[in-house]
Amino acid sequence: MSEVIVELKNITKRFGSFLANDNLSLSIKKGEIHALLGENGAGKSTLMNILYGLVSPTSGEIFLHGKKVEIKNSLQAISLGIGMVHQHFMLIETFTVTENIVLGRETSRYGLLLDLPQAEHAIQKISAEFGPAVNPRAKISEISVGMQQRVEIIKALYHQAEILILDEPTAVLTPLEIEEFGKIIKRLSSLGKTIIIITHKLKEIKALADRCTIICKGKLVDTVEVAQTSEQELAYKMVGRKVEFKFNKTPPSSQKKILSLQNIVALNKRGLPALQNLSIELYTGEILGIAGIDGNGQSELAEILTGLRAIESGKIEKNGEDITNKSPANLFLKKISSIPEDRQKRGLVLDFSVAENMILQTHHLPPFSRLGFLQKDQIEKHALQLIERFDVRPPQADGLTSALSGGNQQKVIIARELSHDPDILIAVQPTRGLDVGAIEYVHRALIALRSQGKAILLISLELDEIINLSDKIAVIFDGKIVANMDALDADEKKIGLLMAGGSLHA
Amino acid sequence: MPNSSYEKLTATFFSIVAGILVGGLVLKIAGLPVGEAYLVMFNSMFSRANYVAHIIVKSTPLILTGLSVAFAFRTGLFNIGAEGQFIIGATTAALAGYFLDLHPLLEIPLVLLLAVFVSALWGGIAGLLKAHFAVHEVISTIMLNWTAFYLQNYLVMLEGFRRPNSEASNSINVSASLTFFENWKYSDAGILWLEKHPLLADFLRAPVNGGIIIALLAAIFCYIILHKTSLGFSLRAVGHNADAAEYGGIKVKQKMTTSMLIAGALAGAAGATHVMGVSRNIAILASMEGYGFDGIAVALIGGSGAWGPILAGLFFGALKYSGSKLQAALEAPSEVIYIMIGVIVFFTAMPKLFGKISDLIKKRRAHAR
Ligand SMILES: Nc1ncnc2c1ncn2[C@@H]1O[C@H](COP(=O)(O)OP(=O)(O)OP(=O)(O)O)[C@@H](O)[C@H]1O
Ligand SMILES: [Mg+2]
Repeated sequence: MSEVIVELKNITKRFGSFLANDNLSLSIKKGEIHALLGENGAGKSTLMNILYGLVSPTSGEIFLHGKKVEIKNSLQAISLGIGMVHQHFMLIETFTVTENIVLGRETSRYGLLLDLPQAEHAIQKISAEFGPAVNPRAKISEISVGMQQRVEIIKALYHQAEILILDEPTAVLTPLEIEEFGKIIKRLSSLGKTIIIITHKLKEIKALADRCTIICKGKLVDTVEVAQTSEQELAYKMVGRKVEFKFNKTPPSSQKKILSLQNIVALNKRGLPALQNLSIELYTGEILGIAGIDGNGQSELAEILTGLRAIESGKIEKNGEDITNKSPANLFLKKISSIPEDRQKRGLVLDFSVAENMILQTHHLPPFSRLGFLQKDQIEKHALQLIERFDVRPPQADGLTSALSGGNQQKVIIARELSHDPDILIAVQPTRGLDVGAIEYVHRALIALRSQGKAILLISLELDEIINLSDKIAVIFDGKIVANMDALDADEKKIGLLMAGGSLHA
Repeated sequence: MPNSSYEKLTATFFSIVAGILVGGLVLKIAGLPVGEAYLVMFNSMFSRANYVAHIIVKSTPLILTGLSVAFAFRTGLFNIGAEGQFIIGATTAALAGYFLDLHPLLEIPLVLLLAVFVSALWGGIAGLLKAHFAVHEVISTIMLNWTAFYLQNYLVMLEGFRRPNSEASNSINVSASLTFFENWKYSDAGILWLEKHPLLADFLRAPVNGGIIIALLAAIFCYIILHKTSLGFSLRAVGHNADAAEYGGIKVKQKMTTSMLIAGALAGAAGATHVMGVSRNIAILASMEGYGFDGIAVALIGGSGAWGPILAGLFFGALKYSGSKLQAALEAPSEVIYIMIGVIVFFTAMPKLFGKISDLIKKRRAHAR
């Protein structure tokens, strides 16, 4: 257990003048589960990308089994026994599971024909070793996110990875999938694999990891034994201050019905029913949490409220005014804003600068545009204000958004949406991928918005988040609201049962 | 990552060098003296004012069609239809220039505007089809190219427009001409004056015309629209990420149509300036002339910015012109030029490869230090 398998020595990485990794040293023991913890933009993904050969370090050395290696690309990393599952999956949607797994290292017959059956067999064998089997012939676009992740892991194992790097593996998983994932990781570790896991979830670190390395602004803070360190301590080491996990809210003051959805029927992108007679009422000054397992209509619910999906029947009203099937621009003018589920697909134009993304909806309105001409100074001023208020790092308005870390991209979206001063905010997974400090910040911002008398619809897969923030909770299952309750009466077990389609009177 | 403009420039430079090398190889295979051939080409670009003038004239439509393709590209659309839009612009200019006879100060802008307007609509058709019927713009613009092609051939032969006993239309009125000093340079006074100024005389012997000014103005127009206006913002947003644009309340379909309208206008301006400055009329086409297709290559070499197409257009024009000289001087096939251009386009279409090469060089340099 004590043999050092990977050693990173004095790794420094500069992006232009920006120091993403600053003289970082880290050693990983064979067979351990090693967590990497750090704020958004601390340089965790960068460090692991260096180990995986995707990013070349400005300086520093890597040792594997005590021998110095130079890893120039990911193919080389793979042949050295290193596998990586990225923060954003790198699977080809239209390919099958098997095709994705063998990609880049196809075994062939007569050096010409792909030998898929043999690969399929191997994949089945690997996947049978832990948990539910993956169908090797299914297309990626047809399987759940949890399954996709398993495919990524199997892919690494198929290529004989001894060291597995997982970059925020649970950010996109449902609670059940997370549990399943934990078992897989434990099993892999017992088989002697070495696992490096980047995560923002302190609970997971406590449950899974042996040791944890904390990074702050590119520098090493400490490596600790997890068993001897509390969640509070971890958080403290990471952000350098005390972090609040729970909030005391004043009871909502003036309550007025602001949004009502009546008997909504809507289809999903494949044309199958997604919302079936769903009804919701939202009041000013409250946060209504929608709890549910992924794929029960949450995405569609968010889309019909932001004009991205038309409903088949039913009625949506804001303050008594019919806003059914209005366009996104129209709903924006009605002061309905949203934090979208998929930040890279919907929320941001990654090839735009941060300043440009900050005016995605308002680029044609004064003060950002006058007589059709963009007002550069105003746009930059606006961006810098938001960047400061929401602590986006690095604090540059004209940098490309694609160069920001995942968490900072999310901050850009939240900053923009809150800057619109909405009456209603549809927040879908608002803290996905954020560090605990940033989560605290977002939660505070949402509660502040609520205290101003605004209404928030919080759609989240994190039950903790729903219970912590909401005033009322509605449970969604199979496109319908199956239960409404006051958050004060909520308990995790009860909601969990309802989310899975169970009933309380059984 | 070939992201910075420095790396893009290096990549373009390498692809041009590669094109010249492969071109040399082709010359060699064709049994021609490589060095001499390139010398001929070089001389036929810069050795006389007249050559430079010709190159400018040849480049003008290429810059405009290049801008057209590049503009649509910024909105995520592939405008194969520059060819047809060019034809429509040329035909409209020929018709208006012949039938209208006003004071030049009125006639020139009017003819130009008409041509640009009609070709914008022509381009807009493809945008509308894409937006409302999900017809891919590559398919619709190819069809529109052929429609424009046969439309021109039909219109040329109409009595009243056709020049009697020919396969071409009547020439436009002098009042619609964009050529510089057209009357004056052949008048007695003009000839006398030019005899004393041989350099200018040599320059003006080519059909130098206002088209190049229009092309430069068009590039400035593209730059301003794309980078300084909220319209450009929304067009670029659609081009980079249509899903996010939709979420942001940008009317994606409408923007696609707008983008194709503008692209059509730019390619139409190419056709109009060609008729008004160089050809004076239109003729029965046996095959596509290729100004629009060359525009695709220009946009690929120049990148989808606003300034790249100017340089790429001039470069392309120079190659084409010197290629024709090569034929005369060495009895070399001018096809060599096209092979060279093809190679350059081929390599610029692979910016990743050259991005990697320039990465490598940088690393070597870092190592050496
Ligand atoms: N290609 C790049 N060009 C410029 N800057 C970059 C690039 N890649 C990363 N960065 C910067 O380096 C810093 C570290 O990024 P990294 O992705 O490693 O953060 P992280 O710790 O994984 O954060 P998160 O938890 O939000 O994913 C960020 O500030 C980011 O903006
Ligand atoms: Mg990261």
